[in-house]
Amino acid sequence: MTFIYPVDSNTAHPLPLSPEYKSSIKRAPNKPLIPMRHTLSELTGPVYGHETVREGDNDLTTQHTGEPLGERIIVHGHVRDEDGRGVPNSLVEIWQANSCGRYVHVRDQHPAPLDPNFTGAGRTVSDASGYYRFVTIKPGAYPWGNHHNAWRPAHIHLSVFGHSFVTRLVTQMYFPADPLFPFDPIFNSVPDEKARARMVSSFDLENTQPEWALCYRFDIVLRGKNATPMENH
Amino acid sequence: MQDYGITPSQTVGPFFKYGLTPTGEYAWNDAFTNSTLTPDVTGDRVRIEGRVFDGDGVAVPDAMLEIWQADAQGRFADPQDKRALPNASFRGFARCGTDKDGNYSFETIKPGAVPDPDGKPQAPHIVLAVFARGMLRHLYTRIYFGDEAGNATDPVLAVVPADRRATLTAEREAGKPVYRLDLRLQGDNETVFFDV
Repeated sequence: MTFIYPVDSNTAHPLPLSPEYKSSIKRAPNKPLIPMRHTLSELTGPVYGHETVREGDNDLTTQHTGEPLGERIIVHGHVRDEDGRGVPNSLVEIWQANSCGRYVHVRDQHPAPLDPNFTGAGRTVSDASGYYRFVTIKPGAYPWGNHHNAWRPAHIHLSVFGHSFVTRLVTQMYFPADPLFPFDPIFNSVPDEKARARMVSSFDLENTQPEWALCYRFDIVLRGKNATPMENH
Repeated sequence: MQDYGITPSQTVGPFFKYGLTPTGEYAWNDAFTNSTLTPDVTGDRVRIEGRVFDGDGVAVPDAMLEIWQADAQGRFADPQDKRALPNASFRGFARCGTDKDGNYSFETIKPGAVPDPDGKPQAPHIVLAVFARGMLRHLYTRIYFGDEAGNATDPVLAVVPADRRATLTAEREAGKPVYRLDLRLQGDNETVFFDV
């Protein structure tokens, strides 16, 4: 299979400068991006398989001696391309705050407790159908300094590779119907409402495990179309 | 019908270090380091280093950089490079976070020439992705080497205005296998970023 990566698909992304998000003001380029043809350097990408991931790296609740506090959840879904095909063997890395909204990162010093049984980092590799799965704790919302009374909606950071270096994606997965959505400049930096909705996971009762964990589904769609599509595809 | 529009990017934020570049400071292991070097890699070993600055010229202490490159023979460690010969363990990918002064560095080998879509050789280059708090989407640029004659005929450098090409060119330090390239996210000497 040969893939093409139309640059038009990038219109789903936020613009680099989104002034409501104050940190973007001095870190967004002023000059327009320069168009260029994709070469082999853009059309290939790093290949990382199961050797990158240790047994249990996709379960953030079993990395310490005790169980972390908070609401245990399953987060699963498929990594797909723009034609809907699963993207196999794609490394998926996640990091997140604990159930109180506190990151283990030294720069997060806001007054919420750390959990000695929760680091908040995980990774896995999508299977042959593009499927991936994590077990974790539902992260809490947390305050930040962007504007008065600013709070980030609960989210899990995801980093995904895909078929080439131009499919590389770092995004955030949100939870359904978060009341903080209208007030979050990072969530709202994505101009299109339908595209924003693709960052929100859906509650998955069918895969919720009785007496154990709620489940959320999050499908990740990366750039990439078949270069020679079937006529009736 | 299902909507297969792509998932939008969101910023890597200020707190990625413990997940993506822990380097021994957190209870998590590194999937990647800032080195592409493997025991059997051939080619000229080089260090590429520099600093990352924002639009005020202030160092960016929370950027993450990733490189992707061919080996010294110009082959990518990816089966989609149909020309590639079995190439042992070279992977061509590395990742690093900037330090408190905005410094980054990579240990790698100088890549060979890779063809452009018409089959003509491009000058040796490394593709670089830049992520940071404040960057809602990562940006792509390239690292060229100041001592390569092929830069003059490189088809990608040719689409960059001549007065901005220096922002893509790492210059060799005299007598050392070290190349320096600073990245400026915004401003007068803003790094060229590509719409790929």
